[in-house]
Amino acid sequence: MNVLYAIAFLVLAPLLGGLIAGIDRKLTARMQGRVGPPVLQPFYDVGKLLEKEHAIVAISQNFFVLAYLVFIAFSGAIFFAGGDLLLVVFALTLAHVLLVLGAFAATSPYSFIGAERELIQLMAYEPMVVLAAAGFYIATGSFSVSEIAAFPRPLIVLLPGIFVGLFYVLTMKLRKSPFDIATSHHAHQEIVKGVTTEFSGSTLGMVEVAHWYETVFLLGLFWLFFAWSPVIAVIAVAILYLAEIFIDNATARVKWGFALRSIWAVTLVLSALNLFALQFFGGL
Amino acid sequence: MDILLFLLLAPLIAAVLLFALPNHPVRDWLVRIAAVVIAGASVYLLATAFDKGTQLVTFPTEPAGQVMTGLAVVIALYIIAMGAKYRKLIPIVLALVQTGLLLWFELGYAPGMHAEHNLFVDEFSIVMALIIGIIGSAICVYAVPYMRTFHEQHPEVADHRRAFFFVLFVFLSAMFGIVFSNNLAWLFFFWEVTTLCSFVLIGYSKTTEAIDNSFLALVLNLVGGIGFVGALLWLGMTQGTIELDRLVGAGAAVALVPATLISFAGLTKSAQLPFSSWLLGAMVAPTPVSALLHSSTMVKAGVYAIVKFAPVLSGTLPGIFVGLVGGVTFLAASAIAVTQSNAKRVLAYSTVANLGLVVACAGIGTYEAVWAAILLIIFHAVAKSLLFMGVGSVEHQVHSRDIEDMAGLVTRMPRVGVMMLIGMAGMYLAPLGMLISKWATLRAFIDAPGGIIFLLLIAFGSAVTVFFWAKWMGIIIVRPNHAEMIEDRVPWDELSVLGLVAFLVVAASLLFPWVSKVLLEPYVFEIYGKVAELGQDNVIIMLLMMGAVIVLPLSLLYFRSGRHRLDPYMSGRPTTADMHFSGSLGIQREMGLHNYYMDDWFGEQRTFRAGVVVTVLLIVLMFAGLFVAGGLA
Amino acid sequence: MAYMKRSPWIIHYDGSSCNGCDIEVLACLTPLYDVERFGIINTGNPKHADIFVVTGSVNEQNRQVIRNIYDQMPEPKVVAALGICACSGGVFRECYNVEGGMDQVIPVDVYIPGCPVRPEQIIDGVVRALGVLEEKRARMAAGENAEVTA
Repeated sequence: MNVLYAIAFLVLAPLLGGLIAGIDRKLTARMQGRVGPPVLQPFYDVGKLLEKEHAIVAISQNFFVLAYLVFIAFSGAIFFAGGDLLLVVFALTLAHVLLVLGAFAATSPYSFIGAERELIQLMAYEPMVVLAAAGFYIATGSFSVSEIAAFPRPLIVLLPGIFVGLFYVLTMKLRKSPFDIATSHHAHQEIVKGVTTEFSGSTLGMVEVAHWYETVFLLGLFWLFFAWSPVIAVIAVAILYLAEIFIDNATARVKWGFALRSIWAVTLVLSALNLFALQFFGGL
Repeated sequence: MDILLFLLLAPLIAAVLLFALPNHPVRDWLVRIAAVVIAGASVYLLATAFDKGTQLVTFPTEPAGQVMTGLAVVIALYIIAMGAKYRKLIPIVLALVQTGLLLWFELGYAPGMHAEHNLFVDEFSIVMALIIGIIGSAICVYAVPYMRTFHEQHPEVADHRRAFFFVLFVFLSAMFGIVFSNNLAWLFFFWEVTTLCSFVLIGYSKTTEAIDNSFLALVLNLVGGIGFVGALLWLGMTQGTIELDRLVGAGAAVALVPATLISFAGLTKSAQLPFSSWLLGAMVAPTPVSALLHSSTMVKAGVYAIVKFAPVLSGTLPGIFVGLVGGVTFLAASAIAVTQSNAKRVLAYSTVANLGLVVACAGIGTYEAVWAAILLIIFHAVAKSLLFMGVGSVEHQVHSRDIEDMAGLVTRMPRVGVMMLIGMAGMYLAPLGMLISKWATLRAFIDAPGGIIFLLLIAFGSAVTVFFWAKWMGIIIVRPNHAEMIEDRVPWDELSVLGLVAFLVVAASLLFPWVSKVLLEPYVFEIYGKVAELGQDNVIIMLLMMGAVIVLPLSLLYFRSGRHRLDPYMSGRPTTADMHFSGSLGIQREMGLHNYYMDDWFGEQRTFRAGVVVTVLLIVLMFAGLFVAGGLA
Repeated sequence: MAYMKRSPWIIHYDGSSCNGCDIEVLACLTPLYDVERFGIINTGNPKHADIFVVTGSVNEQNRQVIRNIYDQMPEPKVVAALGICACSGGVFRECYNVEGGMDQVIPVDVYIPGCPVRPEQIIDGVVRALGVLEEKRARMAAGENAEVTA
């Protein structure tokens, strides 16, 4: 556990995450033949949201969203401090449940549907994330992120199935098409704005910042597969994110039933094959 | 160890006194005093025995044993009489078979088997005693106002409250008997008493449905009981010892057959698939009965027995199959819980699911798994009893058990609503108890041989769990504007018991590092010579999260003021304060918010049938495993 | 700290327009005009929006809706009436069922006439709206009431 890394994450992740979101929007625009907004646009957006008045639908929604932000940041901080991967996953689940509760608390039909769909998302990706943590443990003998990162061999070779499964799920975690069923970014609309329909001003700003934190955490999670060589890791993570942007632009949103079914099928088949093989061959 | 005898006899004495008194405040106060005494005694047991490891107690067998055999025959006769009265053949046959086998054992083998130590106490027993003593008594106190309201609202049900409280306290005594018995014949006797108590209480309202369900519970538990007697007979024929500590110490070569048979009995008692239907049926009983018998204590007797035999099951074929029954039950019951809108049925399925996890841990039987299993038992007992009592209180005010009717509970019954939220969070969210247990369970599964199947079951099962709890929480915090404040109608003692148990949910999560260090680690170390624990870093993380969860609600004070209140978005349609909006052609429509139940995904019948097929197969394999190479994998 | 001007999010409502202006609004989002260059996003949700872009004229059916959407937008906010119908009722002004321009129901900050408005006009109008938005923000930051129309 390294507290310095945790503090660095808490300070730098929003900057990095916001920048990634800006590059994302720029690239998306270019893929669509547009000029696109400035790279710093996400920061302008959040800055704007903080300048708006404090408008609410229900008092408790702000509490839930604040708690969501705190626990997203917290789980990322545990991760980068090298803490227990399972606890990271659990803290992340807690954070998302809090966001869902914020949407429920608003008592509006659109945020209610968004909340239900966010829960379906949670149910869809949760097994894959837990199994990925288990895969890291079986491969390296530890749940500790610092020990997994220090593992001398390339984990991508030991955990190819887990890697692909997690990548499949990443689309949903990043709120990108075809799995952005609860809410989505930019000008995309999903049953109004799904979970975030009733959030405005600084409340919505907190949701955005939390998403930046989560993006950085997710990329960190993929970093672990390549952690034996930082250069390759940076390149691999960059390629992964580019691929996500491409998928986002090349696909249309699917129905939630298909999203759930396909993610569960991918999770079950790939992780079961990978984990059994790993245990059978004893980590080569 | 006089305290053991005290815990066994105090509830009995209280039961007899309560039976003698009519409906009167004096009896209510007697219940409260007895509850405090029993809870105090179980804490006293903790204070005096926690650092002493396993203590065996010599207690004269013969007179007590004969009394128990006599009582067992009386119980059988009662069951037969009831069977005859309501024209149910199967329970009569089962009771006859079971008593016949028991008498065969008692007359044929028992005289030759001298049990030196009939009672014992170790750290696991202390944990169970605390659960029974504190949670059990709290529920008895809760039952006082609950039953009063119950009879006010159901004048058609005959008032047998004397018998009701009598049975509740007899049940507490029997539970203490189960966790303190070192003599398996005694354990079996107490086991049968809990079956009978359950039978009587489920049928309390004497409606056709209640009677049918009580007989269903009886039949399934008698089937399990026959498995238990089978274990006794086998021991009588081949081993000549019926002492729990010796059997567990002797290992799989000696004790695998009785361990498997008793695990079978445990599966029925803890309502695992394919036997889960009795627990669902038991939900017709008044809510304190559901809370006490069918969530926090009686079903725990089943898993207690299996966990006790976990060291024997560990690494054997029957053990793996017992574990798989639990794992499959966890997944199937969690999935079914998604489709239920009746609050008590959701709680029942969640109970079945969580006990499935405990059984899975016990079947794996490694030191980490046993540690995880006991953690699960503790946290489940506290959180689930809170939820059952909460649902009971809500039902009396809202007159519905349907989750959808609980919309806006935080506005209508703020304290009960918040306590139920705490209970639900305690069932599945970090940093509260269950999540710690789930963390431990996952580790235990991964480290176990063949654990990947268990891992897959728990990964999918717990994702489903998140779904059904979170959507229920969501309904509770929705705020309909026309909500009327109805909490002041809840009796003060109901509220205070709820508050106490809600406090325990949080306290258990805060105290768990200490509980683990003082009780669980010594227990696991004594059996396995190894210690499972949560690393110090992780304890710090958990406590940080706990701190955040406790501090963050303070932000509500800040958010309360200086906000511009807007209406929810209704596509621009004007809305009224009571959530009506003008639809087309000027018609006023009411907005309704309803949860997803995903019936076409996890439909109750379909999932249940599939689960039954799989678990029946697993149970057959479990017994077949006994014959494969002596059962040693 | 004036981020308000750099990130104007709009909500677009078609009151009773013939869809001509609405097509032009969508044209602004296409690669040719690409208003996202200026950080403009069509949110479709009043709670997220800063600029209310409204087309068509007011009638008995939509006046409540227009008012409701406007009320749900958090301050500071501006209203841009797009097209001659939204400005004054246009050719439908004298119809028995038309009550006139958007300013009959809500305070309009920027009038952008045209039939239909051209995308260049829309962008120009929105940029003018940004000036008003910034003024309102500054007034709000100074603790005054932003509601007062410019």
